[in-house]
Amino acid sequence: MELLVASAIGLLTAAGVYMVLRLRTFPVILGLSLLSYAVNLFLFATGRLAINLPPVLKSHSNIDPAGYTDPLPQALVLTAIVISFGMTAVIVMVSISACLASDTDRIDLTPAPGAEAEAGEDQPEDRR
Amino acid sequence: MSLFLIVLLPFAGALLPGLLIRAGRNVCAATTGAVTATALLGLIVNAPAVMRGQSLTARLDWLPALGLNANFHLDGLGLLFAGLILGIGLLIILYARFYLSREDPMGRFYTFLLLFQGAMVGIVLSDNILLLLVFWELTSLSSFLLIGYWSHLPESRQGARMALTVTGTGGLAMIAGMLILGNLADSYDLSVILTRKETIQASSLYPLALVLILAGCFTKSAQFPFHFWLPHAMAAPTPVSAYLHSATMVKAGLFLMARLWPVLSGTPEWFYIVATTGLVTMVLGALIALFKDDLKALLAFSTVSHLGLITMLLGFGTKGAAVAAVFHIINHASFKAALFMTAGIIDHETHTRDAQRLGGLRRLMPVTFAIATITALSMAGLPFLNGFLSKEMMLEEAAHTAWLGNPWLVPALATAGALLSVAYSLRYLVHVFLGPERDDYPTRPHDPGFGMWAAPALLVVPVIVIGIYPAVAEALVNTTATAVIGQDPHVHLKIWHGLTPALFLSVVAVAGGALLLSVQRPLARLWDSTPRPEAKTMFDAAIAGLAGLGNRVTDGLHNGAITRYAAIFMVTVVAVGWHAYGGGALGAETRALSQISPVAWIGWAVLVIATLGLIRYHRNRLRALVLMGVIGLIVSISFNYLSAPDLALTQLSVEVVTIILLLLALNFLPEITPPETPPLRRMRDMTIAAAAGLGAGGLIYLLMTRDFVFGTISDFHLTRSYKGGGGDNVVNVILVDFRGYDTFGEITVLGIAAIVIYAVTEALLDSPVRRRLLHRQPGHALAGDAHPMMMVIGTRVLMPIALMVAAYIFLRGHNQPGGGFIAGLVASIALVMQYMASGFAWASERQRYPYHGIIAAGVLLATATGVGSWLADRPFLTSNFGYFRIPPLKEFELATAMGFDAGVFLVVVGAVMLALESISRMARRQDNEVSPYPMDIDPARETTPAKET
Repeated sequence: MELLVASAIGLLTAAGVYMVLRLRTFPVILGLSLLSYAVNLFLFATGRLAINLPPVLKSHSNIDPAGYTDPLPQALVLTAIVISFGMTAVIVMVSISACLASDTDRIDLTPAPGAEAEAGEDQPEDRR
Repeated sequence: MSLFLIVLLPFAGALLPGLLIRAGRNVCAATTGAVTATALLGLIVNAPAVMRGQSLTARLDWLPALGLNANFHLDGLGLLFAGLILGIGLLIILYARFYLSREDPMGRFYTFLLLFQGAMVGIVLSDNILLLLVFWELTSLSSFLLIGYWSHLPESRQGARMALTVTGTGGLAMIAGMLILGNLADSYDLSVILTRKETIQASSLYPLALVLILAGCFTKSAQFPFHFWLPHAMAAPTPVSAYLHSATMVKAGLFLMARLWPVLSGTPEWFYIVATTGLVTMVLGALIALFKDDLKALLAFSTVSHLGLITMLLGFGTKGAAVAAVFHIINHASFKAALFMTAGIIDHETHTRDAQRLGGLRRLMPVTFAIATITALSMAGLPFLNGFLSKEMMLEEAAHTAWLGNPWLVPALATAGALLSVAYSLRYLVHVFLGPERDDYPTRPHDPGFGMWAAPALLVVPVIVIGIYPAVAEALVNTTATAVIGQDPHVHLKIWHGLTPALFLSVVAVAGGALLLSVQRPLARLWDSTPRPEAKTMFDAAIAGLAGLGNRVTDGLHNGAITRYAAIFMVTVVAVGWHAYGGGALGAETRALSQISPVAWIGWAVLVIATLGLIRYHRNRLRALVLMGVIGLIVSISFNYLSAPDLALTQLSVEVVTIILLLLALNFLPEITPPETPPLRRMRDMTIAAAAGLGAGGLIYLLMTRDFVFGTISDFHLTRSYKGGGGDNVVNVILVDFRGYDTFGEITVLGIAAIVIYAVTEALLDSPVRRRLLHRQPGHALAGDAHPMMMVIGTRVLMPIALMVAAYIFLRGHNQPGGGFIAGLVASIALVMQYMASGFAWASERQRYPYHGIIAAGVLLATATGVGSWLADRPFLTSNFGYFRIPPLKEFELATAMGFDAGVFLVVVGAVMLALESISRMARRQDNEVSPYPMDIDPARETTPAKET
């Protein structure tokens, strides 16, 4: 199981990073969402994996911590999920405004897509 | 008066002038004067005790573990400096009242002045070097404001910037030096540090600490090669120059050298760095002063020279020299402040301070002439004036000092400095006041009113009194010197010491100086024609170079696209992670791998296929979004599978709102991503991505196959959850109780995020973008039936059910998976469905409470729950719970944490709805009339509303 979770986290991270490195806002947003899946899973997995041991107490006396999975990373991740929605919404809003105001959803400072921009757009380091 | 109060008074009083200027300039000046006078009075009350040899302290431990204490103490040295700062400050306030013109904002001037005064008093009374550093930086900042007071003048702004840059840089070096010093002494309290001389000087870090601290002192006290900022700071109004550059700011460096003299001095490093710097500064400053035509520049360089003199004396490291240094500090402060004020008077009355355009003022301005004569002759070091006494002591010390075994170098250069000092002092008199009266003064000069010459005239009193009866200063000098050298020197100040070498050198200096002045004009022509390094040009070039370097680095990293720095960031993170992995030890595997069920394999395979598909087909954005949904779903299922039902519920409901959000976004963004990266670059990105993925996956794999190295606090939460928080669902108890403060912060952030979105929308709809939005044509034909009956009916039926589910999830949250977060998300989904079915306009017309209000209510409710525990004398957010029974219901539990959870619920609903509502608000078009009906086609209705085209 550990291997599956670790490889899934690795794959989601890689996919997220690749998408973040694209040149348009929408893929970057998707990439950030993928990264937040990966990070949330990562944080969650630091509590080690357990199956059928939810942190909901079964009895009120003689609580054996070994009988439950680690609740702490779960609490952290729960709020992280909600917060990452809030942050995604902010980025979405910012990218919509940028797109509406500049007529392009590119993430660099190209004024408008055109023949000129096409030639140089993959070498952004050549432009200011 | 308490030492705290003395330091705080100027800061507190700084608020007054800005307000009271409305009551008139006299009231403003009088109030400022009263503040300073009160502080001075407080100091004087303490003076007798200090003069008896006591040292007063006031302690306030703030963070003792870090050595951060607000400790003040008052000994002889502090008394002298605080007295100078407050006493001369009082005279400056009087002088400035008459100096500043009606156009100058006087309230601002006095506010800056008091801020500066407070910072200076703080420096000299601090007993903690960290506190001292804070005040040190405050003087840099407040002097920046004072020097740049005439901010409409470019020289003023440039001078202020230069002063801030130079003294600020030195201040940074000094912070490092002080931290080393504190570490060596094992305490940041000055009183402790001063007793650790042997420990500190034995350390190998002593030279480093010394150089760094001296860098701070030298920049502040304008020592060579940092002397260049002081003349440029003369662009300030004259009261500022007189205050900062005679008595206070530039003396801060000297103060610190004197303060730390007991621990730092006495080593060859100290002697060669400090004494040599002082000697060079003294001679060089005096030489430049001789050729300056601007009176304030002349005085500025003479200040540089005299500061060099004092630095040199401190650098000698002998007790006699330290006493001479202390004495010269007193004398210099009195005659130089008065001289600056006379220069200001001349400037004020004749509208020029160019020595070439002046001369013959002695009959026109007799009072000013008298003041200037006495103080300038004191600066020259002529007998029966106070400057003579300390200059004699300096020459006496210099005569006995050998430099690298050379016995005549120091005396010769010191005499040269004294000689030049005589020359420029006499020049100030001869070229300005003597000679024939001219008829081309810019205005007809005359003496100013009493108010303006009162302050310098008062300063003349000590110049003469100490000059004639030096014994009056003995007590002060002895007390101050005791604080510096650690024992009472019992000096007896007298005018006549017999035929000493110092007297001989003095005679040489006076005669030579007078001679030199007679040939000053031809020498000045020679001086002007010789090329010299111009400090300002070099400084500007250095700043431009640094700014250029900064720009190149920034432009290289930030080219406007996030891609570049995201890539750099990723590569750095992977490299740092790899380095850490290589450098640390990896423990043995302690956890066996758990079984993989077929279900897990299937889930994993779906996730991998969806992710790879997303990468492959992400250009079609809608398709990418569908695949995102699949991934999110698998993630929620895995949470559930891995014993995290709360996470699964949260992820599932967040997934729904996220997809709706992104769908809304696609309404405004292009539907496809055009291919625009060449294969090579794609390869590069893939390599970076693969490295990051391998790093993250490998790290978590290693982590999961090993047990915790340290004990976990999770067991505490598990065992205390029921007893302490009254809940079985440990995750929920952590959220609303154990870590309630974190959750409180998080819901606040969430609310802020939603309001940011709302604000951006508002700004956007106020901008020209609005027109474009209103006239936007959809990319393809819209559905003819925008609000279909089936959907409307379905969502209406679902709404109460969904809300009930939300209520159920909310109520059971404390003991079963659920809680405010999840309930809030479910409730929002129920509401969003109505927007989707009947349209934004129709739904929002039926909205009763604005979503901001709901967010605010949520945060307030959470706060109120937290504050409620104060009533029970418990810390913020301590929860309480009890069991109740209302027949015919079963026994049930009520916890105060439920109120908090309700706050969470409200914030989540408000934030999600506000975010989605804001974005969909932009989708409204001009032709979009609000339909009075929930659905477009309603068989129960006779007519259908006109359909949109």
